[in-house]
Amino acid sequence: MKQTLKTNNQRLIIKSKSFLSVVCILCSVLCLLSSAIASDVSLHGFVQGNYSVNTDTSNPDGSDFKWAGERAQLKIETDVEPLRFFMKTDVFYDHIDDASKLELREGYADLTSSSYDVRIGRQIITWGLGDLIFINDVFPKDFEAFFSGRPLEYLKKGIDGIKLGMYPSFASAELIIIPFFEENNFPDPDRFHLFDPMPLITDREEKKPSSTFNNTEVALRLYRDVAGFDASLYFYRGFFRQPSMLPDSLTAPTRIDLFFPKLSVYGASLQGRALEGVFSLEAGYYDSREDRDGTDPMSPNPQTRFLTGYQRQLWEDFTLGLQYYLEYMHDYSAYKANLPSGFPLEKKIHDLVTVRLTQFLIHQTLRLSFFSFFSPAARDYMLNPEVKYNFTDNIWAAAGADIFGGGEEWDQFGQLDKNDNIYIQMRYEF
Amino acid sequence: MKRYLIILLIMLLPAGASALAPEEVMKKSQEAFLYQGKDFKARVMMKLISKGGQERIRELTMLRKNYGESGGAQKYFMYFYQPADVKDMTFMVYKFPAKDDDRWLFVPAINMVRRIAAQDKSSSFVGSDFTYEDVSGRDIEDDNHTITKEEKLDAKDCYVIKSAPKAQDVDYSYKLSWIDKGSFLPLKEEYYDKKGELYRVFSADEIKDVKGFPTITKRTMKNLLSGHRTEVTYTKADYSIGIEDSLFSERFLKQPPKKWIE
Repeated sequence: MKQTLKTNNQRLIIKSKSFLSVVCILCSVLCLLSSAIASDVSLHGFVQGNYSVNTDTSNPDGSDFKWAGERAQLKIETDVEPLRFFMKTDVFYDHIDDASKLELREGYADLTSSSYDVRIGRQIITWGLGDLIFINDVFPKDFEAFFSGRPLEYLKKGIDGIKLGMYPSFASAELIIIPFFEENNFPDPDRFHLFDPMPLITDREEKKPSSTFNNTEVALRLYRDVAGFDASLYFYRGFFRQPSMLPDSLTAPTRIDLFFPKLSVYGASLQGRALEGVFSLEAGYYDSREDRDGTDPMSPNPQTRFLTGYQRQLWEDFTLGLQYYLEYMHDYSAYKANLPSGFPLEKKIHDLVTVRLTQFLIHQTLRLSFFSFFSPAARDYMLNPEVKYNFTDNIWAAAGADIFGGGEEWDQFGQLDKNDNIYIQMRYEF
Repeated sequence: MKRYLIILLIMLLPAGASALAPEEVMKKSQEAFLYQGKDFKARVMMKLISKGGQERIRELTMLRKNYGESGGAQKYFMYFYQPADVKDMTFMVYKFPAKDDDRWLFVPAINMVRRIAAQDKSSSFVGSDFTYEDVSGRDIEDDNHTITKEEKLDAKDCYVIKSAPKAQDVDYSYKLSWIDKGSFLPLKEEYYDKKGELYRVFSADEIKDVKGFPTITKRTMKNLLSGHRTEVTYTKADYSIGIEDSLFSERFLKQPPKKWIE
């Protein structure tokens, strides 16, 4: 995980960008307008409490909570022919930062015709076949949410852009255009104990790609049925969403720029029924456009990533899911030769095995689940057992744990060793 | 001598019931129950009722289209309204005779379409007392069928058919079905466990004529062991409404067309 080492894990503050505000206001106005003209407006949402407590040691800033907050979400949907508007917005109180915040999760307009559809605005896009492993899903994620016991949907972040769907008879296509770059959110170094290769250099500045025409991200997916299998081809041209470090000097650094190297991804996937279950294959070539020969120690090397998955129902309401993931670093000798001293050496091949077990009980109102990552190469792991119960159709609660360990202090899960936590999620949904 | 015996046997059989083999009856029943029209649509309200009386609601629109003959391939599309945590979820099934289903689920919170494993046909459908097989049917060839008797049920003449699975692929050892001789709809089904004890009962509680097709619009499945039961009501049922093939696609799983789900 070469990139992991290069992040400073800077906390992403939810900023109210001008684009966000415009979309937000636009949607609200349209929703209100349409309700005023007595069109159908559907209103749903939830109220939620979500708390996660350390079981190992306090956070670097002394707090005992990885997450503590109450939250209300509103989902508003309305049609103004031929358009459809949807907005999903959260208001929440964060006890750790002691602040209330507003977050537009999604807000878009849909235009649908028989042969194409267009979606404009903030939207969540999920591609690829992996279960918590992403090759061709190059869209922004919130790993802090994932590691701090928040509901899974918060792992995905929306993009601000346009999606165009086209459906000619030979294949379907999704074209995504993203003019506004959004990075992944990594665990906050105040809340999580993390590995930092240059801990003494605190003067850091993040340099996000500016919103120019040349920097506009483009992602394309073509998909169709091939002999009963779901087949997809993927293409992406944009940036790594994990920042790389660029110190002002490798020998005596005083400040670090955090930048997002240019990336293209070429990928494919195939999924279908096989061996009494569902079988998945996915691959992608990560063309690190600023370090194609692997000599730049500050940019990730090109990589090829593979995933194979198998899912099967073994008995009533019990499902087993297995995955094997492998990433292969190209130009490894160039990487090794140029790696500055003090930086941990990554392996040429990094791999992961995942196991998911899910058992539903009591008319599918009680769910017991277990998910684990284990890396045979790094020997680090993450375990996530969870119990979820639906008390009624509207009220559910889940309790679980995130347990990390193994490997070295710089490995993907090894570095999270001191961050074990137990969490609870409670929600009233309407 | 043999010929006289056969004639004698035929004369002894009740009038009107003479020629049908049990497999024929089940085939006609399957057609009447699950294959009427070119396609079918209904708003389905399921009430899951516990022994103590606690109710949970599952409300969905179900769309079904036939591909080929009765007993052949079908596609199902389901859109969920309730409960709140599954609202806007859609579910699609490609059903094939003598082969496992293909199933896809769309999870709106993360805008993801996922194929799901579908081997266990006796799994509960959305936590109800109905199994996937109860919803979309079971291959006739998977069971040995015999007519055990003929009797009246609710003043309707019925065949009582015993169906015993050839393989050990389901929870019951056999099933008794009361098939209406007029409509060929199953009016009642009794499921017996491996010890021969009755443990699950299906009843057709209301039958209405929809576009000339007798249709079960209210039904109940009761589990006698747990005391749990599921009551299902179909409203807005309709046949041969011209559902396009394209509906059964990832595109419309993600964005179900308003005209079909209202």
